[in-house]
Amino acid sequence: MRLTRKISARLSTGRRSRFAAPAVLLIALLTVGGVVAVISPASSAKTEDDAATIAKGRDLFLVGCASCHGMNGEGIVTKRGNQYGPPLAGVGAAAVDFQVGTGRMPMAQPGAQALRKDPLYNDEEIAALGAFVQSLGPGPAVPTDEELDIAGATTEEIVRGGQFFRTNCTACHNFAGSGGALPKGKFAPSLVGVSAKHMYEAMVTGPQQMPVFSNNVLSPQDKREIIAYLKSQEEAPSYGGFTLGSIGPVAEGLFAWLGVGVLVGGGIWICSQTARSKKNSKKGDAA
Amino acid sequence: MSADDNSGHELEPFGDEPIPDPGLPEHLPRPTDVDPEAEKRAERQVATLFGLSSLFAVLFCVSYFVFDIGDETDEFLGMGASNVFLGTCLGLALLCIGIGAIQWSRKLMSDHEIVEYRHSASSPEEDRVEAVAALEEGIADSGIGRRPLVRNSLIGAMAFLGLPAIVALRDLGPLPGDSLAHTVWKKGMRVVQDVDGAKIKPADMVIGQLVNAEPEVFFETDSEGHHLYEGAELQAEKAKAAVILVRMHPDDITPVDGRENWGVDGILCYSKICTHVGCPISLWEQQTHHLLCPCHQSTFDLADNGKVIFGPAARHLPQLPLAVDAEGYLIATSDFTEPVGPSYWERDRSDLT
Amino acid sequence: MSPASTNGTTPAVTKKANPAGAVATWADERLGIATATKKQIRKVFPDHWSFMLGEIALWSFVILLLTGVFLTLWFKPSMGEVVYNGSYDQLRGIPMSEAYESTLHISFDVRAGLLMRQMHHWAAMLFIAAMLVHLMRVFLTGAFRKPRELNWVIGGVLLLLGILEGFAGYSLPDDLLSGTGLRIADGLVKATPVLGSYMSFFMFGGEFPGDVIIPRLYIAHVLLIPGLLLAMIAAHMLLLVYHKHTQWPGPGRTEENVVGYPMMPVYAAKAGGFFFIVFGTVALMGGLMTINPVWRFGPYNPAEVTAGSQPDWYMGIAEGLLRIMPGWETHIFGFTISWNVFLPGQIAPIALLMVVLAYPFVEQWITGDKREHHLLQRPRNAPTRTAFLAAMITLYGLLWAAGGNDVIATTFKLNLNHITYFMRGAIFVIPPLVFILAKRWCISLQRHDNDMLLHGYESGVIMRDAQGGYSEKHLPLSPDHAYTLTARARDEVYVGINGTDANGVSAPRRALDQLRAKLSHAWFATNVQKPTAAELEEGHHHAELEHAHDAPLEGVSADGHQFDGRHDVDDEALRPNH
Repeated sequence: MRLTRKISARLSTGRRSRFAAPAVLLIALLTVGGVVAVISPASSAKTEDDAATIAKGRDLFLVGCASCHGMNGEGIVTKRGNQYGPPLAGVGAAAVDFQVGTGRMPMAQPGAQALRKDPLYNDEEIAALGAFVQSLGPGPAVPTDEELDIAGATTEEIVRGGQFFRTNCTACHNFAGSGGALPKGKFAPSLVGVSAKHMYEAMVTGPQQMPVFSNNVLSPQDKREIIAYLKSQEEAPSYGGFTLGSIGPVAEGLFAWLGVGVLVGGGIWICSQTARSKKNSKKGDAA
Repeated sequence: MSADDNSGHELEPFGDEPIPDPGLPEHLPRPTDVDPEAEKRAERQVATLFGLSSLFAVLFCVSYFVFDIGDETDEFLGMGASNVFLGTCLGLALLCIGIGAIQWSRKLMSDHEIVEYRHSASSPEEDRVEAVAALEEGIADSGIGRRPLVRNSLIGAMAFLGLPAIVALRDLGPLPGDSLAHTVWKKGMRVVQDVDGAKIKPADMVIGQLVNAEPEVFFETDSEGHHLYEGAELQAEKAKAAVILVRMHPDDITPVDGRENWGVDGILCYSKICTHVGCPISLWEQQTHHLLCPCHQSTFDLADNGKVIFGPAARHLPQLPLAVDAEGYLIATSDFTEPVGPSYWERDRSDLT
Repeated sequence: MSPASTNGTTPAVTKKANPAGAVATWADERLGIATATKKQIRKVFPDHWSFMLGEIALWSFVILLLTGVFLTLWFKPSMGEVVYNGSYDQLRGIPMSEAYESTLHISFDVRAGLLMRQMHHWAAMLFIAAMLVHLMRVFLTGAFRKPRELNWVIGGVLLLLGILEGFAGYSLPDDLLSGTGLRIADGLVKATPVLGSYMSFFMFGGEFPGDVIIPRLYIAHVLLIPGLLLAMIAAHMLLLVYHKHTQWPGPGRTEENVVGYPMMPVYAAKAGGFFFIVFGTVALMGGLMTINPVWRFGPYNPAEVTAGSQPDWYMGIAEGLLRIMPGWETHIFGFTISWNVFLPGQIAPIALLMVVLAYPFVEQWITGDKREHHLLQRPRNAPTRTAFLAAMITLYGLLWAAGGNDVIATTFKLNLNHITYFMRGAIFVIPPLVFILAKRWCISLQRHDNDMLLHGYESGVIMRDAQGGYSEKHLPLSPDHAYTLTARARDEVYVGINGTDANGVSAPRRALDQLRAKLSHAWFATNVQKPTAAELEEGHHHAELEHAHDAPLEGVSADGHQFDGRHDVDDEALRPNH
């Protein structure tokens, strides 16, 4: 009972407890060994292609993910009851695409938060992993190109996106999407340069501590508008000069003190002694 | 302290000088004082700086007309060209004058230091005596010392003049009454998403979901299509009524007595206004259920009745009791049961038991 | 001054053909400016870089007036709701206050408007920073001592007014950050015992945010506070002229004179030039560095907030105090006292200001020093005062950092909660440590000065004596340098009146006196005093013996020993070949 509670409570999460490497290795070895033994026949309802993709995804999963998430994505709970890797049934292909596509998964090491890095898998492999996880239990799918089409966004849509952004997103990600602090060493990452697809997936799946913004409440149209707003901000020039990091008054204060430093330097120059000539000056009196 | 001025411990006027004052050092000439070549050079340098300043001032005017702003902002290295060029030209024009003037003073103006003698800040003794005498004469002429009735009634009149000064400010604002204790929430009012007013069914929310929500009344219009709440009134009500909806696994939630039925399927509704100094908070961690205020980092546990677990806030976050109406949408079952937002003097104690 | 001299029918000194002279004559016949300015035209200002700090603040204020007037031509201080229809796409069609709309208008539809906005904001940040730096200079050098205590108080009030003025200005654009700032101000006001909610309602004309706070702040920002600032700055400058500037001790510079350059022309050129340098720097900052990009914050909406919500830097310590304060609240008889807001938000800033304003009087009471002081003290020669300031700066810095704990956490990948816990302890532990450190440092610098006076400075020349031992040659200071080091008063520790004169002194007075004696001991007992004439004599005697020892080197080609200040080395190279 407690386990199911945990599982359902932590759908679509990436929480790790810090646990020792040896256990991981052992599990990994067992899993890799298990690959050979387990043969899963393709579902007759699916096409040959889908089945092949899922099978490929499963192969990749068993090598790269199962050590934490379990051989069938059922999740691993440590002896202390912490999540080692959360269960993946129902997180959907969108979660996989976000976590693996932004390099957050697989994690380099357990920590407060999975960090963004270069992805380890190529697009095809990510799609295969996603298909496999989707087969474990239906969840949000990877958004289609149409869902992400922001090219034709009108000014009105962009403005509304800005309103949604300021209401739902700036509290954590800051007014310019520069990111912000969360309790206990966690943080909301910067949104600058993040692809539209990954932003969309993050909203749908709620990776790590981020809450979910499901399509039933914040509709796909709303999400598209938010993304369109952010992209329009990225394209707009920095009207007032260098941005100083777009993190608000703290950076501005530091630069103000830099300005005062420069001006004090000016004052030192103004009051410094100019060069003195030795011509016409009597010898010996200089001391 | 003034009583101390002429009594008690006195120090010797000034410290003894173990080394005698050698006197002002001899003035040494600068290269520009003795070398006509250097003097000419400095003169040219200063004039060049002043000339450059004129050039930059002209460039400022050119930039003003050349670079577009607004809709068709011209860009320069990803920055607004108008601002960058106007600022740079103006800055350099001013700096050239400043640097030129200072070079002028450093190199060309006479640099002989001169000596001025100080005077004591106090007036000479005879002036003091005279001033005191004049003042006493004036006081005596007024008779203020001899006519206490006049004096005291004047003091009283002055004091009473303070009353109109204070009373006249009465209409700065209405009295608070109990308006801080109430919001627009009432039984049956739907909880809708902020910005677009979308109504919410419990099934629309998945576990781990956060919705920034408002009372539906903010999106309602009267028969003529005007919003019921607009402008300052809307802002004032929003400042109290804004809420967040969160959905957690029902087993994670530990309601205090009396709040067991305040949620719907693990969906809880809390005031968005921090109990510390009133920032809107929606920084929710879906796994820990912690809500962080980005202003001063008060942290509340939404699975545990909004109790404070960290930071400067002293009180839990008020919770709004929820239910579902006949059409299946989330509604409030009452107003907040306690005042939302920052504490104030008249606010009754209402800690969770 | 004889009145007859100004009553004459013909001006005494002006030349006829000079048009400027004619104007001056015209003015003098009506204003008597010759009498008023004859002493000021060549007024002496001593030259030292640390005397330029207050000028940065003064010129920033002038820039604020200039850019501020420009902004008022377009800014509409109204909270009336309008729909934005300007040229910034991303906000078009949103209802917002006229204040925010006009700020966007200045930023996007008035050429040079954004530049002026940014310059105004940068100048405001510099204004207060420069005031603070100037205040530290005055404090460290003891320039607040008699007769300048009142000017110190005026300066402290100026700092407070500047901060209030800055906060009002920060609130005017009615963007998300300014609204959040006002919301916090509302919380601070509401925390006032008894009167809190009334004060809040009177301030905002009803419930927060209301529709009057911006017009009210506007008139305070453009008229009331600038008027007060202007008057106080005028008083500050008049007193400066009346007292004449302090100066550093040195040869020929005494308590009775002031040595420097005349107002006209050198100081006018330097100060005027510095104005343009400050102005130019502000223009460059405004042109190149974004400050307060209000269009990205959006209009104020009480349901929105942004990560990194911060006040401008000068409110940083209040922000830090608010953040690290534990959540204490008292409930008595159905009433609430919010210590967690009231203490850091109201009591602490006022207490801090009181400490600053009262310092000169406290120090004077402890020293009992009623003399006028026009020569500055080196910071090392007032170790307790210097250490006190070092501790205060440390406290200020810690609180300021605490005010940006979220930015520190994300920038340096630290744990937000740990920073807060650390700061809660650090503000009590680190300033006292810094105090001790700074005091010991000052005292050792004083010792070093005395060593130089008595034994000369370290020349870097290593001498080998007949026994084969090595020692570093110390050379005497130049007379000017030596005089400068000794040109300071001796500190005296006040011992109190107990025992000797205690008869007839009431008990509370005696207790106060004992406190004064104790403080005096703590203040001065460990200071190192300058050597007496006799000690210096002995030191010189030593040096002369050594000199005699070196006598055989006289006349020999320079090998380094001659560079001791007693030999004529103008034509000598260290080595003949070079």
